[in-house]
Amino acid sequence: MALKASALKVGDSHSEQICENLSRTQIVQYAGSSGDYNPLHTDEVYTKEIAGYPSVFAHGMLTMGMTGKAVTNYVGDGTLTKFGVRFTNQVWPGDTLTAIAKVAELRNEGGQNYVDLVLSTVNQDGKEVMTGNATARIDA
Amino acid sequence: MTKLTFPVEASHIMMFARSIGDTNPVYYDADAAKKTEAGGIIAPPSFAQSVAQFNPDYFLRPKPGKAWFGSGKTATGLTEKSTSSGGLHAEQHFEFHRHIKPGDVLTVESMPGKSWEKESKRAGILKFRESVTEYRDQDGNLVITARSVGVTTERPVAQG
Repeated sequence: MALKASALKVGDSHSEQICENLSRTQIVQYAGSSGDYNPLHTDEVYTKEIAGYPSVFAHGMLTMGMTGKAVTNYVGDGTLTKFGVRFTNQVWPGDTLTAIAKVAELRNEGGQNYVDLVLSTVNQDGKEVMTGNATARIDA
Repeated sequence: MTKLTFPVEASHIMMFARSIGDTNPVYYDADAAKKTEAGGIIAPPSFAQSVAQFNPDYFLRPKPGKAWFGSGKTATGLTEKSTSSGGLHAEQHFEFHRHIKPGDVLTVESMPGKSWEKESKRAGILKFRESVTEYRDQDGNLVITARSVGVTTERPVAQG
């Protein structure tokens, strides 16, 4: 169901828990579906002993994908025109993430209404792991 | 630069949606998807990146008969030290001209963009490289424009 411009105002927000106690297995599942088998995400031995990190960590794109779920749950299916993110902190096994989408602007361009969203994904300690922006077509 | 062919299959979209924990039927149930605004099955927004599956030379996939930098008998399969601690993904941006659907056969072309350096407290000198990727459909129409920024760190990112 598409959002309606008439029912939205700047500052409105949608918040959603996008994963709980993230498992190494889900990270492996993402490696398989995306094709990104970087051992930093799937190989604890390599990541600790060679790369020098405390454990494997999630693909940035997994956080983007899970955040995308919260965004499309808010704006509807197939309505996104833009979605961009910056990865600011690593996401580790065991993390519980919440994505927040806040209405930054409501616009009309050539007769079509759009909503611009500011995105922030935080972990269980309130640390921001990803920031971003998205734009979606909405109804009048 | 590289030009890849990305045949989009329904089962791949379903597996991708599962891996991001998205149970929305628009990604796997054709009947339910027909009743949505999308009008049929589409791919989740960040699916385009899975084109890596169709890159025969993708360096983050182990290949038969070739040494792999991940662990086996030893912590890395390489005998020579790798030149960096590995690249990380810094930014990813998608512009959707329409959404990908099963049956699309996309032609995907990447072009290098800007590159720059930055000093950071947590990981030393950061080297950023940008690339722009265009996904075009079977009719030559632009479906997605993607901009990706990768970063190579001087040392592992400090935590805390």
